[in-house]
Amino acid sequence: MAQQAQKAAGITRLAGPGAALIALAIFLGLAALLPSVTAGQGLHWRLDWAPGLGVALAFLVDGLSLVFGLLISGIGALIFLYATGYMGDHPQFGRFVLFLLLFMLSMLGLVLASDLITLFVFWELTSVTSYLLIGFGHEDPRARRNALQAMLVTATGGLALLAGLVLMGTAAGGYDLVAILQGPGLQDHALYLPILILVLLGAFTKSAQVPFHFWLPNAMAAPTPVSAYLHSATMVKAGVYLLARLHPVLGGTDAWSGTLATAGLATAVLAALLALRQTDLKQALAYTTLMALGTITLFLAGGHPYALTAAVTFTVVHALYKAALFMVVGAMEHATGTRDVGRLGALRTAMPFTAVAAVLAAASMAGLPPLLGWIGKELLYAGAATLPAPMPVTAGVLLANALMVAVAGVVALRPFFGAAPEVAPPRQAHEAPGLMLAGPLLLAGLGLVFGLVPGLLQPLVDAVVSGSLQAGPAAGLHLWAGINLPLALSLATFALGAAIYLGRVRLRSVIAAMLARLPGFDPGWDRFLDAFRAFAIWQVRIWQTGHLSRYLTVSFLVLAVAVGGALLLRRPVLAVDFTAPLLVWVIAAFTAAGAVLALNPHSRIANIGGIGTVGIGVALLFITFGAPDVATTQLMVETLSAVLFGIAMLRLPGIVERRSGSQQLRHAVLAVLVGLGMTMTVLAITSHPLDRHITGYFEQNSYLLAHGLNIVNVILVDFRAFDTFGELTVVLLASVGAYAVLKRRGLRVRK
Amino acid sequence: MKSLILSTGARFLLALFLVFSFYVLLRGHNAPGGGFIGGLIAACGFALHAFASGVAEARRALWIDPRNIGVLGLVCALIAGLMALPLGAAPFAGIWAEVAGYKLSSILLFDIGVYFAVLGGILTLVFALEETL
Repeated sequence: MAQQAQKAAGITRLAGPGAALIALAIFLGLAALLPSVTAGQGLHWRLDWAPGLGVALAFLVDGLSLVFGLLISGIGALIFLYATGYMGDHPQFGRFVLFLLLFMLSMLGLVLASDLITLFVFWELTSVTSYLLIGFGHEDPRARRNALQAMLVTATGGLALLAGLVLMGTAAGGYDLVAILQGPGLQDHALYLPILILVLLGAFTKSAQVPFHFWLPNAMAAPTPVSAYLHSATMVKAGVYLLARLHPVLGGTDAWSGTLATAGLATAVLAALLALRQTDLKQALAYTTLMALGTITLFLAGGHPYALTAAVTFTVVHALYKAALFMVVGAMEHATGTRDVGRLGALRTAMPFTAVAAVLAAASMAGLPPLLGWIGKELLYAGAATLPAPMPVTAGVLLANALMVAVAGVVALRPFFGAAPEVAPPRQAHEAPGLMLAGPLLLAGLGLVFGLVPGLLQPLVDAVVSGSLQAGPAAGLHLWAGINLPLALSLATFALGAAIYLGRVRLRSVIAAMLARLPGFDPGWDRFLDAFRAFAIWQVRIWQTGHLSRYLTVSFLVLAVAVGGALLLRRPVLAVDFTAPLLVWVIAAFTAAGAVLALNPHSRIANIGGIGTVGIGVALLFITFGAPDVATTQLMVETLSAVLFGIAMLRLPGIVERRSGSQQLRHAVLAVLVGLGMTMTVLAITSHPLDRHITGYFEQNSYLLAHGLNIVNVILVDFRAFDTFGELTVVLLASVGAYAVLKRRGLRVRK
Repeated sequence: MKSLILSTGARFLLALFLVFSFYVLLRGHNAPGGGFIGGLIAACGFALHAFASGVAEARRALWIDPRNIGVLGLVCALIAGLMALPLGAAPFAGIWAEVAGYKLSSILLFDIGVYFAVLGGILTLVFALEETL
C-alpha cells in the first residue's frame, strides 16, 4: 500500500518537469519571433468567435506582449522545476502542477490577446486560477480566506474592467485591439472619463495599488513557488501590462498621469515602509513587490520615452530578481524550517550556491553596478525628471529605492553573512537540491549578464517603447552614462540605504508605531465582508420565507397581475365559439370533472386522481384533433407524474386546514383571477389565424431532407437534435440532482 | 402491501411494456412513436414492477443502475451527433447508410440515446423517491 502510494508520487513528480518542457517550448517559440518583432513586424492571428458582436479570439505578438510572454514562459519553466524540488512529494503535487500550468496559459493568453473580450476572458481566468493556487493549502482557514480575498478584490476589479472594455469597444467602434491602437486614441471621446475610471479600477485591483494593496501580502499564504511566480512576473504584472497596453489609447491626459502618479507613488512609498517592518522574509518580499508595482505604475503615468523606458526596463529587472529572491527564500525555508530573519544567519557555508544567487539577485534589487538593477535605477532617476511634478516624484523614488537597498540587505546579507542566530533554526541547514538551484542561479545570473551587456536587452526595449507604446525612440541602456544627476542620486540612494539598514531595528519600531495609528485595511476588509453578508442574509429572509403557500401566492399574484394587466391594456378580440362536436363536449365535461375532483380538500388520493383525470382529458383531446403521438406522450407523462405524486404525497400526514377564513377567501379570489386570465389569453390567441409557414416547411421537408414521415419525431431527433440533446442533459441532471437531495435527506433521517 | 396477483402480473406486464417500447422506438421515424415515448413506456413498466415487488427487485431486473443508463443514453446521443463531423457535415446532422437493404442512420442511434436517457432519468427519480420516502 505504502509502496503503491510512493510509486504514484514518483509518477506525479514527473508532472513538474513535463510542465517545464511545455513552458520551455512556448518560451523557445516566442524567442524565435524575436528578430521579426524587433524589426517591427508583429505576428497577428485571428479567429472569429462571435462575428455578430464583432468579438474574435485574436492574439498579437509585438514588443510589449513578447517581453511579458518571454518572462511568463521562461520564469514559468524554472518555477516548475523549482516546485518539483520544493514540493514534489506533496500528495497533491499533480493537482498543483495542473493549476500552475493553467495559470501560466491564462497569463500568456492575457498578454498575447489582441481582442478586448479575449483579453477579459483570460484576465478572469488568471483570477480564478490564482484563487486555486493561493488557496492550495485549503486545510488552513487562513489560506482559504486569503485566496477568497484575492479573488473577490481582483474579480470586482475585473467586473469594472469588463464594463470599461465594453465602453471602449463602443467608443472605438470595435473590440480589435490592433485597430484601436492604430486609431486616433480615445482621449477626446465623450466616454473617456468613465472608460478611464473603470479600466484603472481593474488594473489597480489586479496590480494591488493603494487602496487595493491589502490582498497581495495575504496571498503569501500560497506555497513559495506560487509566490515566486505570481508576484514576480505574472498575476500582479497583469494590471501593469494592461496600463502599458492601453497607454497609447488612454494615456497622455492630466487625469491619466495624475491618477497613476498619485497611486503609484503612494503604493511605492507605503510598501517600502511596510517591507522594512517585516521580519518574515516572504512578507518582506511581498511588500517590495508592491513597491515595484507602484514604481512601474508611477512611470507609466508619463508619456516621455525616458519614463516609459524606465518602466519597461524595471519590469524586466524586477521579474528577474524577485523570482530569484522568492526561490532563495523558499530554499532557505526548505533547508532550515523558518523564514524569520531573527533565526537565520551564517548560512553561506551550508548553502554556498544559494548564497551566490541571493547576493546577485539582492544586488540587482539594491541597484548595484554592474547589474541590470543598476541600469534600471539610473533610468528611473532619468525618467523621474520627465514626469509631472519631478521634485516630489524624485524624492519619493529616492526614498523607496533607499528602502529597497536596506531590504535587500535584510533578505540576502543577514541570513548568509550575518552572525549565527542565538535561537537555532528548527533544522540543520543543507544546500538545496539542483532542481531548486537552477531557477535562482539562472535568473540572478541573467541580471548580471544583461547588466554587463545591456545591448542584449536594448532591441526589445526599443520595440516596446517605440513600437507598442508609440512613444518615440527608447532611452539607451548603459552601464556608465557619464557623471550626471542620476549618478549622484544613485550614490545618495546607497548612502541613505546603508544608513537605514544599520538603523533598521530602531526604524522598525518607529514605523510600527506610526502604522499602528493608521486604520488597517485588512480588518476593514473583514468588517466590510461581514456587513455585506449580514445584508445578504437580511434581504434573502424577506423573499425566501420557507413557506410554500407564500411562494405560490407570490408566483400566482405576479402571473395574475401580468396577464390581467396585459389583457386590460390591450383588450384583445376573444374568439368565443361554442360550436363543437358532441364528443369534444363530453371530453370537456370529463376534464372539468377531473378539475373539480382535484379541489377535494380532504383526500390526497382524490387530488392526484383529479389531476390525472385532467391530463387524460387533454390527451383525449389531442387524439380527436389528430395528434396521436402527442397524446401518447401525454398519457405516459400523466401516468408517471401520478405515480411520482403518489409516492411523495401519500406519505404525507393527512390534510389539516391551517388557513384562516380570510386567507382562504384571498387564495380563492387569486385562483379565480389566474384561471380567468389564462382562459381569456387562450381565447385571445385562438382568435388569430394559425401561422402555418413553419408547419409547412416541416411538412415539405421532413421526408425529403430527413427521410422520415413522423414530423414530430423528425423535428426532435433531426432538425432540432441539438436542442433535444440539451433537454436530455437537463432531464438527467435534474433527476440526478433530485437523487442527491433525496439520498442526503435519507442519510440525515437515518442518523 | 405485497399483492401476489399484482407482482406476478407486473412481471408479465413488464415484458410486454418493454417489447412495446422497443416497437414504438423503432417505428418512430415514420409512424407515431419515437425514443421519448418509448423511454416513457419502458419507465412505466419498471415503475409498476417496483411498486409490485419492491425497488430492490426492480433494480435487479434492470441490471444496470438507472443513472448509468441515463448517461449511456446521453453518450449514444452525443456519438450520434458527432458522427457527422468527420464527414464534414454540421454536428447533429443525420448520416444515412444502407446495409443489406436496411436503411440505417445516426438518427436511429440518437433516438436510442433519447430512449435510454429518458428511461434512466425517470427511473433514477422514481427509485430514489420510493427508497427514501
